[in-house]
Amino acid sequence: MELILDILTGICFFIASLSVIIGACGLIKLPDVFSRIHAAGMIDTGGTAFFIIGMVFQTGWSLITVKLILIGVFIFFTSPVTSHVTANLARQKNILPVGKKIGKIL
Amino acid sequence: MKSLILFMVLLTLWLLMSGYYNILLISLGIISCAFCVYVAKRGKIIDDEGLPIFFMPRLLNYLMWLFKEILMSNLATAKVIINGKVEPETFTVKASQVTDVAKVTYANSITLTPGTVTTKMQKNIFEVHALNSDFGDDVRTNEMDKKVTWLEGKK
Amino acid sequence: MFLAGLIACAITGILILVRIILGETTFDRILAVNSLGTVIVIGISLHGFYSNRPEFLDIAIVYALINFIGTVAVLKLFSSGSLGGDK
Repeated sequence: MELILDILTGICFFIASLSVIIGACGLIKLPDVFSRIHAAGMIDTGGTAFFIIGMVFQTGWSLITVKLILIGVFIFFTSPVTSHVTANLARQKNILPVGKKIGKIL
Repeated sequence: MKSLILFMVLLTLWLLMSGYYNILLISLGIISCAFCVYVAKRGKIIDDEGLPIFFMPRLLNYLMWLFKEILMSNLATAKVIINGKVEPETFTVKASQVTDVAKVTYANSITLTPGTVTTKMQKNIFEVHALNSDFGDDVRTNEMDKKVTWLEGKK
Repeated sequence: MFLAGLIACAITGILILVRIILGETTFDRILAVNSLGTVIVIGISLHGFYSNRPEFLDIAIVYALINFIGTVAVLKLFSSGSLGGDK
């Protein structure tokens, strides 16, 4: 049983590390602010979710699990808010995204 | 009624986070939760938006679907970043929800899936920035819009 | 295993720091600082498990909240020149 949980944690950590590092590479590589927000969103959702699932496998059921899930819920609620505020402010300061625009833009 | 629910939620959070169960600390918790509820009531922020009860019965189902969607778009975003084929595009979509909470839920769900970001909104028109035309098509098919309208359950 | 996660977090932090140094606009830097905060939250909890002291999770929760409030406050100050209230 211990072994199975350890293997599950290892798989989760592997996926999470990969997604976090790819997100950081995207943060450097992508061309403008609006595209970089997608890479930051990848760090916030994929990386955090899998790291927290992996840690939950190690703790079992206790108060620590509740705290871990609380961290996950906080990050899941606050990450889209900061992304949207950043993008909205960049549009207010008249930075236009690169690439094509379909139809009329607000 | 709403204040009582808020008080219970805050007290549960206190009990879960503290881990010490003696009389002094629990009474301190009750006092501070009551103070928080008083401040919230005085600031008039206890309303339908603070605690959307009409979401609750269908919330679990929606969250499962959202997690599956986040997983798929994480994979797609990773592929785009590795391949380097970035063709960003900007377009507008129309939201068919009635209440403000449901509109915010829809916009947040669009932003939470990597690959699409809501950049501006006016009344019920959202401006969406997508990393690729595939992500753009996912939003334009309105599947998420239908799901959130179903979650709202007002029609 | 926890050590491997910590090393991945460290590499990510260094890559994000590169973006903070390069960043062309202010929004790039704010976005990168927010991502760095998320990575630090994960790193704090991983370090707590690595050294067998899970009490570190409390610090991680507080860090997540302060990260959010700080980012939104900086953006609000940048957009309107004040933090609200009477001018």
